[in-house]
Amino acid sequence: MAETDAVLRVEALTKDYDGRVLTRVLKGIDLELGRGEFAAMMGPSGSGKSTLLNVIGLLDRPTTGSVYIEGVDTTKLDEAGLTALRGRRLGFIFQFHHLLPAFTALENVLMPAWGSGHRPTREDERRAEELLDRVGLAERRNYRSTDLSGGQQQRVAIARALVHQPALVLADEPTGNLDSESAEEVFGLMRRFHAELGTSFLIVTHDERIASRCDRRIDLVDGRITSDAPSGAP
Amino acid sequence: MSFSWFVALRYLRTDISQTALVLAAVSVGVTVIVFLSALITGLQTSLIDKTLGSQAHVTLTVREELPRALVEERDGVAILSSLQKGPQRLRSIDGWPQLLGVAEATPGVIAASAAITGAGFAEYATAKRPIMVRGVEPERFVRIIDLEKRLVRGRFDLAGSNVVIGSKLAADLGVGVGDKLRIVTSEGRVDVVVVAGVFELGNLAVDGTWMLTTIRQAQSLFALPGGATTIELKVGEVFEAEQVAREVERRTELSAESWMEKNAELLSGLSAQSSSKTMIQFFVVVAVALGIASVLIVSVVQKSREIGILRAVGTPRRRVLEVFLLQGGLLGALGSVIGCALGTLFSRLFEGVALDPSGKPRFPVQVDAQLLLGASAIAIGVGLLAALLPARRASRLDPATAIRNG
Repeated sequence: MAETDAVLRVEALTKDYDGRVLTRVLKGIDLELGRGEFAAMMGPSGSGKSTLLNVIGLLDRPTTGSVYIEGVDTTKLDEAGLTALRGRRLGFIFQFHHLLPAFTALENVLMPAWGSGHRPTREDERRAEELLDRVGLAERRNYRSTDLSGGQQQRVAIARALVHQPALVLADEPTGNLDSESAEEVFGLMRRFHAELGTSFLIVTHDERIASRCDRRIDLVDGRITSDAPSGAP
Repeated sequence: MSFSWFVALRYLRTDISQTALVLAAVSVGVTVIVFLSALITGLQTSLIDKTLGSQAHVTLTVREELPRALVEERDGVAILSSLQKGPQRLRSIDGWPQLLGVAEATPGVIAASAAITGAGFAEYATAKRPIMVRGVEPERFVRIIDLEKRLVRGRFDLAGSNVVIGSKLAADLGVGVGDKLRIVTSEGRVDVVVVAGVFELGNLAVDGTWMLTTIRQAQSLFALPGGATTIELKVGEVFEAEQVAREVERRTELSAESWMEKNAELLSGLSAQSSSKTMIQFFVVVAVALGIASVLIVSVVQKSREIGILRAVGTPRRRVLEVFLLQGGLLGALGSVIGCALGTLFSRLFEGVALDPSGKPRFPVQVDAQLLLGASAIAIGVGLLAALLPARRASRLDPATAIRNG
């Protein structure tokens, strides 16, 4: 394996779903994402982009092919290894924000640190509070997530995705469920964290305006990458 | 606090109505277990106490006299014979003082006393009643049956011509302390005795017939100079009386009968009672387990998206398993605290309601630490076990599917 600075490398990846009929959803994907890239992935529904994101996010295994996260061949990892790698090196932002309703904003942000085993350290807590501050929710950190608006919940989710300093943040339609003002705010935050922290982002979206403001645009149609090029400067 | 505890407690607190319902179910279950056990144990203990209050644990007597054939069987000769058992006489145990020592030295025996037991009649004015004359060694006898505590009138004093009689016998004859009785024994001897005390052992047959006197006096009443017809034993563990009886029988070559043989019917009744108690408790436990399991399964389904998120952000399966196991265990633990408190309370209340005519509890309802700890252990164990299925289900959720479909 060549030593590269790739955060993510996908090689000859296919994914079949074995339903009543065998469906090949991904038909041979090769993709590399460098450190500090800010990329959008676009595609019509059914193009396989959510499936690809799940496989890259180690939530699902490929049928054939490999996924490397920072040079680690994830096909060689067992379930526990995938979970641990996910907890350490990947951040997730979902369309429906998906905070845990029983917990406060701060507890939600701390969840990756907590769930992966160690108690949150002072350092974790300080970092979580700082992130909440930077997404503008410092004074709401002890609110139950159900008491926050959609946009606020998504901002908490961004803080949660970044608390453990991941190499790559995977966002699945992060603004899809928000009004345009909140969407703008959320996208702005992602760009800002990208600039400040140098974290790589891969954003799945079907919003042209969002895609055009990312540095790179990958088009996925019918399980294949049809175009992969820098997009126009924001 | 570890992650699993933190999440488990938070879930129990957030779904407070669900938690309250299951908790109520577990508490009721533990209450039933505690109360039923306390009731049955108390009832049985009191029955056994009552039974043993008026009899020795093991009674030794001379072996039955068997007639011997005078014509011996020889090879090739067929003998027709019919042997009829003769009437059993009141017989003294040969060398009873030594055998008393042997019996007393047998492991498991804590007290021994020799006695003469024979039949007779007691007369007072126009009243005449059949009696059981029991000639005893007073200091030894009270260690077998604690008569001093059971006296209702007078004193336990057998000096001179003093006797102590059962309360029913006293009532039937219409005598009180200080009255003189005329007695006739089965040997035809006649004597006049003075009632020094009246006892009540709670056994009608005993209270209605027993007359206690000294063994010396009984020896003359029954024409058994220096003799004793029974040796009575008290054992340390009442339920080992049967084994002790067999051992004493082997050592003394007397016939030994334990209270367990004499009360076989009572014992089989008690054991039937115990099995029905166990059965009821078993079904209660099953119902509680089903309650916990069903609520947790619903909870896992409701939370499958959250579980997916937890898994996505790096929570290992094992920890998800722990979260739900802990909820089951905690429900069991909390339920057992409430159930133990309620069970104890009901036991006390019941004791206060079930009174005999004299206003005393009919029997003690026994709640002890062992029972409470046992019931709690069962509840916690059942909670964990019932949570196993939902917890496994939660830990095996596929995060991608769970997040997509909720």
